[in-house]
Amino acid sequence: MNSSMNEYGTTSERRKERIDRGIKVRTEGIYAISSWKEVTYLVLPRLVLIVGILLLPLLMPSLYWNRVVSIVGIYVLLALGFDFLAHFLGLVSLGGAFFIGVGGYLAAILNTSFGLPPALTIPMATLGGAMICTLLLLPALPLRGVYFAIVTLMYPLALMRIIEALNIFGGTDGILGVASFPYRWVEQYLILVIVIVAVFGLRRLVNEDIGLVFRGVKDNDQAVRASGLSITLYKAIGVFIASGLGSLGGAYLSHIYMWSGISQFALDFSVIPIAATVIGGGGTLVGPLLGCFILVPLSEFLRAFGTLRIVIYAVILVVFIMFRSEGIMVYAQRKYHQFERWVKV
Amino acid sequence: MSEEDILQVIDVCKAFGGVQALLHVSLSVRRGEVFGIIGPNGSGKTTLINCITGFIKMNSGKVLYKGKDITNRPPDQIANLGVTRTFQIMRPYYSLPAYKNLVIPLFSPRARRTGGWRGGGKLGDRGTVSIDILEEIGFERDSFVPYKLASSLPTGYLKRLELARCLALRPDVILCDEVFSGLSMSEIASMVPLIEKLQMDGITLIMIEHRLRELFRVASRVMVLNFGQKLTEGVPEEVMRDERVKEAYLGSEQVSDYI
Repeated sequence: MNSSMNEYGTTSERRKERIDRGIKVRTEGIYAISSWKEVTYLVLPRLVLIVGILLLPLLMPSLYWNRVVSIVGIYVLLALGFDFLAHFLGLVSLGGAFFIGVGGYLAAILNTSFGLPPALTIPMATLGGAMICTLLLLPALPLRGVYFAIVTLMYPLALMRIIEALNIFGGTDGILGVASFPYRWVEQYLILVIVIVAVFGLRRLVNEDIGLVFRGVKDNDQAVRASGLSITLYKAIGVFIASGLGSLGGAYLSHIYMWSGISQFALDFSVIPIAATVIGGGGTLVGPLLGCFILVPLSEFLRAFGTLRIVIYAVILVVFIMFRSEGIMVYAQRKYHQFERWVKV
Repeated sequence: MSEEDILQVIDVCKAFGGVQALLHVSLSVRRGEVFGIIGPNGSGKTTLINCITGFIKMNSGKVLYKGKDITNRPPDQIANLGVTRTFQIMRPYYSLPAYKNLVIPLFSPRARRTGGWRGGGKLGDRGTVSIDILEEIGFERDSFVPYKLASSLPTGYLKRLELARCLALRPDVILCDEVFSGLSMSEIASMVPLIEKLQMDGITLIMIEHRLRELFRVASRVMVLNFGQKLTEGVPEEVMRDERVKEAYLGSEQVSDYI
């Protein structure tokens, strides 16, 4: 909106009109494959994303930064889960740390106590972690919005104290001697491939019929019940998917650091995915990925500032929420698909 | 109960704190009929529907559907048995296009039994089936209307969308909570044949309505509620001649105007 007073003292207003680009409309149906231009329009952004992610480890200057790329991948899984739950099921989850911790401990226990290799512990910790988290969150599923957030925030804090107080699973020392990945490049690329599959898989899922049910639960849960669908069941499926992604990240983390401990329940894992979703653009699923690839390396750069890191971080977040609350990806998608012009009202 | 009773409500009581919303309400609806529920504002009509469909747990009483006890079952289970409802305040999925609104009920276990995993069986996927249902209920197939976001649809279409959501479940009973309210006279005029068509398809209808003239055109029996209690029940003409009904529901107005 842009208003100004004219010479008559009345207000003349202009507003921005947004119109879909012709190419966007042409590429919506099967006719998209009729010419290279349309195909490029569809494929290019996706290709840039995939190739960009896969090239990233090769461009890193040092082993330290290669490790940062892996950590980013873990945060991406959490952020994807958060965005999926928040924008497609209406459940605001602060459970990132919970999912990471459960997956991390599970993988570490399976590896050190039962001698299973990472090729088995990671899938088992993913499924097992998802099941444990979903079962524990089951009583909280009727809750919505901030109340669900409070319960999910409580779990990692409680589990951390329980492990500390009972001195189980290695207590405050954690579980040491977890096996690492056999090859460095496996460790590096597996997580990136998982991230790519997760992004495109989730994007596909939310546009399938079951994805519409998820959106229905967010939009109008009473209507979903009147449609003969149990909202608890679909919320549980959603939480299972999100906590599975988180547990996968946790298991990966344990094997990268060859260690699992109570710092895996740290609230960073709950908060940074939310920040990444805000910056990247909620509801797009790609946005949180971009947000993680910006925020996590940024926080590594800011390590030089010590504890001031958080202040700078907070300022960036505030600026984003105030001036670009829609997020990078929503903005970019709009620019890509639509053109704007000013019209007089 | 007789063979043809499809839905029986026996002695339902519901209190919200100190407010007695329903007090020993009983009714039985025959298969294939249109049954009207009327009464002044706050007389418990919507509460009764909420109790039957499981959205509110009743304090005491029983609901039998085809002789089976469905008292206080979760609403999704009741809907899957074929007892569906519309909401007085429309509850579409505003962020979805109209036809995608119907994909959600088509995904329910009841619809999947007939439609298979893809949705429509031989008829195509769920999107195609939704367009068919929407056309049946009055959305022009070749227009943009079925593809518009529900948030941009006018009240008339949203009321139809409520009915369409019920139809997607291939229901035996539809409980309509004021489908005529908020509509213009011409919209109501086009809705009445729809209701008649549903009845001809063998669907039992229970209608809460304030538009008595239109209700009496389709309903074979009506029940009058007042302060949570059943005043009387019978064919519309008889019921409206009842002195208590005139007093409670219509005040001093000329009742004969409505028949």
